Amino acid sequence: MKHFSLMIRNLSRRPGRTTSLILLTAFLAISVFCGTIVVSSLRRGLSSMENRLGADIIVVPAEAESKVSMKNLLLQGTIGTFYMDASALEKVRETEGVEKASAQIFLSSMKADCCSVKVQVIGFDPENDFVVQPWIAESLNHPLGDMEVVVGCRVETDVGNSFRIYDKSCRVAAKLASTGTGLDTAVYCNMNTIHVLLQAAEEKEISHKIDSGNDSEVVSAVYVKVLPETDPALVNNRLNGHVRKATAIRTAGMMTEVADSLSGVSRTIAVLICAVWILALIILFIVFSMMVNERRRELAVYRLLGMSRKMMSGMILKETALCSFTGALCGTALGAILVFPFTALIETSLKLPYLTPDPGSIVFYACFAIAVTILVGCAAAARTAFRLSRVDPGTTLREGA
Amino acid sequence: MQLRAENISRRYFRKHGEANFFEAVRSVSLTLESGKLTVLNGKSGSGKTTLLNMIGGLLNPSEGKVFLDETDLYALEDKDLSRLRSKRIGVIPQGRSAVDTLSVYENILLPGMLYGGTLRTEEAENWMTVLGISDLRNAMPAELSGGELRRMAIARTLTASPEVILADEPTGDLDNENTRTVLTAFQQAAKAGKAVLVVSHETDAEAYADQILHMSHGTIE
Repeated sequence: MKHFSLMIRNLSRRPGRTTSLILLTAFLAISVFCGTIVVSSLRRGLSSMENRLGADIIVVPAEAESKVSMKNLLLQGTIGTFYMDASALEKVRETEGVEKASAQIFLSSMKADCCSVKVQVIGFDPENDFVVQPWIAESLNHPLGDMEVVVGCRVETDVGNSFRIYDKSCRVAAKLASTGTGLDTAVYCNMNTIHVLLQAAEEKEISHKIDSGNDSEVVSAVYVKVLPETDPALVNNRLNGHVRKATAIRTAGMMTEVADSLSGVSRTIAVLICAVWILALIILFIVFSMMVNERRRELAVYRLLGMSRKMMSGMILKETALCSFTGALCGTALGAILVFPFTALIETSLKLPYLTPDPGSIVFYACFAIAVTILVGCAAAARTAFRLSRVDPGTTLREGA
Repeated sequence: MQLRAENISRRYFRKHGEANFFEAVRSVSLTLESGKLTVLNGKSGSGKTTLLNMIGGLLNPSEGKVFLDETDLYALEDKDLSRLRSKRIGVIPQGRSAVDTLSVYENILLPGMLYGGTLRTEEAENWMTVLGISDLRNAMPAELSGGELRRMAIARTLTASPEVILADEPTGDLDNENTRTVLTAFQQAAKAGKAVLVVSHETDAEAYADQILHMSHGTIE
């Protein structure tokens, strides 16, 4: 206890030295914590996207890719409406190597009086859907009824509320957990509901469709699951040859593209963290080297009064650990303030799936950042502690007597 | 209690005339006994401080041994020697010996803070009064004069009440009145059973001494 109060006095009565140590270690902690959270969120986002996609191939109208990138539609919630003849679904099912095929119809609501918010409305067929339902089931324990919708976590409404699309009122049956992708801003309904909504859009003279006549004769995308042990690339080629006016896109390619971008961003973050660390470590070593000269006399007095070398090294390391702990705590808190409120901004800037880790993981990363910072602070101080513990008190105190 | 140096020498490896080393202390034997105030005088550079550091457990002799009663100081591990020095040997060095981040009062109590135990607050108050620094108790070392700092270091050692007190030029920065006060305090400590060694190149201390030693060219004459 007496040692602790001695340490506190040493630190509090050298505010310049103590503050600079705390600031440097805070800087280290911010870079570790924020870097870890961003990289982990990107990895979690990618994993979530892989889990949620559930299809090997997506067949879309030929002009869809030029209208809107499927990657952007899935990642950033870019609103895209494109249609092809519903016969595409049957053509897909007939293709060799296809195990399952399920159609979806897209409709975009408007930022106008008739609609609550501008979102992507996705209609799916509960009878044969294998893409949306498995994860809707996590939030909804009954089949999705007519004029019921399930909303993504970032759609501003709550369960039980009514949701207006083209003046048609839909009841919000469930709200989905965050995926870190564009799916978080989408609204899901069954085929009956989407047809009612398409009709309502028509009545408002907002046509999204191709000239295919009847509403029930269009689909926006067909999701395909290939048979086990079948090469998806082969099936993809077959679909491109078999389904007219449509393009088959392999989701693996899309995921690889996303994974490549993620790996690039991770590398950039790692380089930035390394640069910050190298800079901070150089400054830390300079600060500690300066401390050797500054504290020689003071530590010679401790030695003169009977402090052993081990106690002296321990005191320097404990002081450093205390400063590093304070710095790491402040840095991690500041990092949290910097990184969490700006999740949406980071996601938009990186244009990658971004899913913030769960609270348990966040606490783990915070503890990791604090531990690493303390360890590095103490490692930087170790040489100084060793040198100062070797101070010869007689000679040192006589110098400049 | 007895502090005994047996044929201790200290060599520094540097060019000195024909030799490659300089011998600051040459085969000195010395005994300090409890109840006696010993004055060691000699010119500057005669090896007094080196000798004091060696018998104080601060500087390993090149040759010879130092015993506190039957304990060979330099045969001890650093932690044991440090603890022994803290409890039994008080050294008042030349020059400033204050921890700048602690107040005068905290500096005086510092030896008691290192290894736990009760802080000797009453003794601290007493010696601060005797040495005329009680009004400086909350001052920081940077605010003190050389003489005040010296009296603070003396008060610190007397407060810790070790069995051996080794003072290197303790009256160097002091005026006549304070010199008398300090030497009287050392005399009282000796009478109380301490072994006291005062190293000085001045003659003031000799009047208080039970034993006077003279050092010249690294040896005691």
